[in-house]
Amino acid sequence: MNVKENIAPNKNDTSTEDVVVRIQDLYKSFGDNHVLNGFNMVLRKGENLVVMGKSGSGKSVMIKCLVGLMVPDSGVVEVLGEDIANLNRVDLDELRSDIGFLFQGSALYDSMTVRENLEFPMRRHRKKFEGITDTLPLVKEALENVGLGHTMDLMPEELSGGMKRRVALARAIILKPKLILYDEPTSGLDPITAKEIIGLMRSIQKKYGTSALIITHDVDCARVISERMILLVDGINYAEGTYEELVASSDPKINAFFKK
Amino acid sequence: MAVKIINKTKDFFMEIGDLSYFAVRFFRQAVTPPFEFKELLKQSYQVGNRSLLLVATTGFIIGLVLTLQTRPTLIEFGAVSWMPNMVGISIVREVGPVITALICSGKIASGFGAELGSMRVTEQIDAMEVSGTNPFKYLVVTRILAATLMLPLLVIFGDLIALFGSSLVEFMKGNVSFTLYFNTVFDALSYGDLVPATIKSFFFGFVIGLTGCYKGYKTGRGTAGVGIAANTAVVMASLLLFVVDFVAVFVSDIFYEL
Repeated sequence: MNVKENIAPNKNDTSTEDVVVRIQDLYKSFGDNHVLNGFNMVLRKGENLVVMGKSGSGKSVMIKCLVGLMVPDSGVVEVLGEDIANLNRVDLDELRSDIGFLFQGSALYDSMTVRENLEFPMRRHRKKFEGITDTLPLVKEALENVGLGHTMDLMPEELSGGMKRRVALARAIILKPKLILYDEPTSGLDPITAKEIIGLMRSIQKKYGTSALIITHDVDCARVISERMILLVDGINYAEGTYEELVASSDPKINAFFKK
Repeated sequence: MAVKIINKTKDFFMEIGDLSYFAVRFFRQAVTPPFEFKELLKQSYQVGNRSLLLVATTGFIIGLVLTLQTRPTLIEFGAVSWMPNMVGISIVREVGPVITALICSGKIASGFGAELGSMRVTEQIDAMEVSGTNPFKYLVVTRILAATLMLPLLVIFGDLIALFGSSLVEFMKGNVSFTLYFNTVFDALSYGDLVPATIKSFFFGFVIGLTGCYKGYKTGRGTAGVGIAANTAVVMASLLLFVVDFVAVFVSDIFYEL
């Protein structure tokens, strides 16, 4: 039996009820470098989907197209039922209040304290917090969720790499998003801290029932967190399935990802 | 060789075009709400406060040196009583604004370039965008406006310190009182000296803010790009300052003729 056929992506999946993200025929090039060549993907409500690919395979480009940080050359990107291409700046910002984004390098604002970092998105999305005058309890709650309730007044430079990632995670969930995008959540972290971050990601999903799209090349992270995986090869979703299905594949391109 | 020259020329004009587009974007965003007043105040305080000591020190030394260097010649021609007039006019019209702007381009443009550059490579600007903030408005517009508004104040402050330095030399060497010195300076100055110099300073501030933010905001090539951004911001700002100065002097000269 050809495993690849079994786990091939279903491009014609049309049921829309519980779809959080739908990407159809996504193309993106940088000059002669064709990064995405017709990528397709569907993320369902409450699902943890991992997209794996080699460095430079276009994972980060794809995730940035999802939040409007990059404009694709062609293709459809729908997030929470909205076609990103049809949104103006105001509507896009409103949609972004339902999306949490954990950046690869944490991306905490250097000039702000941990508290200000967390308050920043709240100040921008006042509508979502109508009637709430004191943001402190929300900041506290988000920081306690990641086990860093005591760091509120520290500057990012005073935090370790793992702590920065946790604060960034707290910032990603402060708006109580429906969808969280993780761009290489464990990169640059030691195995123990990486394990802690994965644990936090799982507990957050359990607590808030969010959907998560995780971009990684960390096999251990993918194994623990994924309910479904997509392998991004040559700009397309080369294979799709559960971790176990993909590991069992005899396709050399798929095997290359899981070789120790 | 010829291809290299053509490519360099092409790059130069592309950069000018890109910078012009950046400037147009600034004007468009500066007049459309929401306005980031809090951040503008913060940046204005930072720009002014960060440069104050440097401007004061430079101004004081320039005033001292200019007077010390000119004194012997004026004594030789029996015109030492013209010292406050000469120093006052040269500092207010040209030396003060240009020196202050050059000092600030080193301090402010490189600071903006490095700060925004590092924010770009560490994805802080992307994080801001995802948080629902327009990073151009929040980071660029506020910084350019702060530099534009603060530079004239720094120039006036630098001019006063330079005149104080000059008066100190005159007090010690020529026994001229501070009151007499400053009275003579202010008698010699007219609105025709003050107004063009002040207007010019706004443009200097704009150029410093614009180039610093442009280089920082467009940073690429990782952490190495941050250093390049800071460095090229200073070079570009300094060069543009002289171009602006030339245009300003040329225009004000036309008004004098009228």
